[in-house]
Amino acid sequence: MMDRAQRKELASWAVGYARKVGADAAAATIERAREIEVAVRARKIEKLTEATRSSLSLNLYVKGKFSGHTTSNLNRPALEKFIAEAVAMTGYLSEDPFRMLPEEKYFREINPADLQLLDTAYAGIETARRVKIAREIEEAALPMSEQIISVTASYSDAHTERTDVYSNGFMGERESTAFSTGADVTVKDGEKGRPEDWMYTTVRLLNDAPATAEIGKQAVRRALRKIGQKKIQSGVYDVVVENRSAARLLSGLYGPMTARALQQKRSFLEGKLGTKIASEALTVTDDPFVPKGLGSRRFDSEGLAAQKRVVIEKGVLKHYYVDNYYGRKLGMELTSGSPSNIVLAGGTRSAEEMIRDLKRGILITSFIGGNSNSTTGDYSFGIVGQQVENGQIVGAVNEMNLSGNLGTLWNQLVEVGSDPWIYSSWRLPSLRFAGLELSGA
Amino acid sequence: MASWHVPRFFRGLSRRDFISTGMKGMAIVSVPMFFGRDPLAALTAAPAGTTPADLFARFGIDESILRQVMVAALERGGDFCDLYFQHTISSYIGLEDKIVNQAYTSVDLGVGIRVVKGDQTGFSFTEDLSVPAMRDAARTAAAIAEGPAGKAPTSFTHQKLPNHYVINTGWENVSADRKVPFLQKLNDLIFAGDKRIIKASAALMDDTSFVLLASSDGLITYDYQPMAQLRASCSAEQDGRRENSYADLCGREGIEFFTAERVKTIAADAVRRTVSLFDATKPEGGEMEVVLEAGSSGILLHEAIGHGMEADFNRKGISIFADKIGKPVAEKFVTIVDDGTNPNVRGSLNVDDEGNGTQRTYLVQDGVLASYMHDRISASHYKVQPTGNGRRESFRFAPMPRMRNTYMLPGPHKRDEIIASVKKGILAEMFTNGQVFIGAGDFTFYVKSGYLIENGKLTRPVKDINIIGNGPEVLRKVVMVADDFKMADGGWTCGKDGQGVPVSMGLPTVKVSSITVGGVQS
Repeated sequence: MMDRAQRKELASWAVGYARKVGADAAAATIERAREIEVAVRARKIEKLTEATRSSLSLNLYVKGKFSGHTTSNLNRPALEKFIAEAVAMTGYLSEDPFRMLPEEKYFREINPADLQLLDTAYAGIETARRVKIAREIEEAALPMSEQIISVTASYSDAHTERTDVYSNGFMGERESTAFSTGADVTVKDGEKGRPEDWMYTTVRLLNDAPATAEIGKQAVRRALRKIGQKKIQSGVYDVVVENRSAARLLSGLYGPMTARALQQKRSFLEGKLGTKIASEALTVTDDPFVPKGLGSRRFDSEGLAAQKRVVIEKGVLKHYYVDNYYGRKLGMELTSGSPSNIVLAGGTRSAEEMIRDLKRGILITSFIGGNSNSTTGDYSFGIVGQQVENGQIVGAVNEMNLSGNLGTLWNQLVEVGSDPWIYSSWRLPSLRFAGLELSGA
Repeated sequence: MASWHVPRFFRGLSRRDFISTGMKGMAIVSVPMFFGRDPLAALTAAPAGTTPADLFARFGIDESILRQVMVAALERGGDFCDLYFQHTISSYIGLEDKIVNQAYTSVDLGVGIRVVKGDQTGFSFTEDLSVPAMRDAARTAAAIAEGPAGKAPTSFTHQKLPNHYVINTGWENVSADRKVPFLQKLNDLIFAGDKRIIKASAALMDDTSFVLLASSDGLITYDYQPMAQLRASCSAEQDGRRENSYADLCGREGIEFFTAERVKTIAADAVRRTVSLFDATKPEGGEMEVVLEAGSSGILLHEAIGHGMEADFNRKGISIFADKIGKPVAEKFVTIVDDGTNPNVRGSLNVDDEGNGTQRTYLVQDGVLASYMHDRISASHYKVQPTGNGRRESFRFAPMPRMRNTYMLPGPHKRDEIIASVKKGILAEMFTNGQVFIGAGDFTFYVKSGYLIENGKLTRPVKDINIIGNGPEVLRKVVMVADDFKMADGGWTCGKDGQGVPVSMGLPTVKVSSITVGGVQS
């Protein structure tokens, strides 16, 4: 069980040892995570899992060559052997002039703010309380309907500590907690099937978790409203995508926004910086400083100081996600290779209010399968949802595909909601689109 | 891989079942040697050091230690416990922009300790294989039970199992310099393959797992599990348009598997699949006939019926196939199996992760629903023999019923006759991912490329379409099955409840009479 000082000592030792056996530069990360999970079903504990994992990750720069290594065996003699072998194997690779640690200017100024990512009461939480939370969720769900076949309620938490020591002078420390509570519910739909749905939330501080009763009831309500689901006629529909599913669509833009995709010529957004890629309704901010945010951070996984950036402003692409390696290759200023919290501002109405504007529409409540092509922007996703006529929900829909091109999809965005899904780092509100193509019967 | 991603950032979604190509994540890889707890013992071990003595030495244990840990695991009255020791060495070596410029390795070592009481599971793991650390983990897992202590075995029997993945050279003995030429060759072949190619990347990934499992039944089983995947991806440009695709070969194979001929095939497939996309369109969407090309089209079975036949879902009554054993579900010529014994195939296992030998399990026999896939808990619930489907991602997870290689046996029809019978439909050829809701039965698979069939003839390529259907309904609509069975040879990983395991699947050419194809609306 390593404390902060011991992690720092081990990481520094690993960097020093790597240099001693031939590396020119090295970046070490020690991570330790304690994870506990409880699942209850049929008023019994179905599963109880509790364990701690630790690892050392080491990036090596040897005579212009690069490799990365991870081990869970932190025993010192084993590590010496591991590092020596890792340095030796790096010698077989080709030199790559773009492989080096980030310049000092990128981590000189790190925001010192406390992002409130750690629940200081974590150590005092007992297993009995964890079980109680899961049981409360189950008890709230079970009496909701006679059609319930199965409720699995669960609670899990994680306490993660991470120490980075890089030979370029960067040193990083972070510690956080996360608590997930939720339920999976399956209900009977006559002879037709057994629709299922879920309600899960994740928060940084346990006291911020939604009321257990509300989680259990929500999961049941969501499963019940799928009863009678069927595919409807193929056609063009106005669509509201529910907040918690909206990330599936936006993530299609995120692959192509990375420097890696640009440099590897697999991005349909190449050359689009400063141009309009979406309707004016879309303003996306990458905000690493959201208090208690699931994607909040002071620096990223390469040690780059985090900065708040508007990445899409009124439909205009303002920034790519530029990591150290591909940024150097492209000669671009670094931003960060990965998103932090994704925030869509400007909405004034909830999903319920937006649905009232749909004449012939579909409320998409989840996606199933599907994919998008980062090179061309083509996409096709399976959908599940509710059919809307003249502003009213008239029945459940499934087994349909939403297809098109991301280039046009985001220009069909009419409105963003005021209801961000805060239980993810993708804090997206519900989204309303005009005229999307759906294939069904 | 980067251009085809299945996001896993939803807490809810990550619990669902999905399948995708590519090994788990990017950050895998390795070093050409052993990293046992006791380096000396490991270094003197034979290339495939899989005798019980080798493995005991690798993990630094003996039977008396196993017994002590089991005593702790059963001290609160569990019915059963098992200890799953695993040492995995993984390596990824990659080429981009014409040079082999990246390598990643990882070493994973630890033991997972599971205690079972009825349908209930207590689980813990430790990466520290000292006796006190293992005893602590055992006590944590023991907490699932409440009662008088159970009995640890006084002696152990070693199970002898067949070897379904005989290889010549273990990857742990292959140094990086021997891997580099494969990638350079792929790069050269791809650029020589077509003038329109603008980028190529390639990767060789391998995984070697040493496993020792001891159960409170007094059985010790052990296994040596190799895995390798060679993959190439490329982008091409024509008239200002770009396309990208890939090809790979994967299996429980040694380095000798990647012959010059196979390397050529991977490069040629990657180029052909990429440049053919320039002529491809999206079909008109809606219900139509779909022909599935022999091979990786077995993804249909994985999603339409496979997950639904995993016994844990049926024990809980949440699968659409619950209560349907013995009932007709398809035409008489439809027989579907899940098999762990296919030589060197990605989903094969000599022994499952609970110590049960594997077998060919009939899910559908001559059109009738035959058997679920079981782990220990579900087999005991249904009072049947285990089927060897208890699997886990690693020692950090408790096992559950999972697929191995899921495929359909050959049928009475001919491929040409099947294509000729289609008036208007799709031939689905290459897939990237799929998903299922096991209760409602809706499932999808994503077609990266295929062909339009019009009046019995393949007319033009199609791309990027999701196909969605209902499992039991689609099984009923399998109206033709050809005699040209082929096993998939790509790197498929199946995800369930946050655990990824390698699987494969297979299919002869099959026709489904109607299913919804994603596409444009005229």
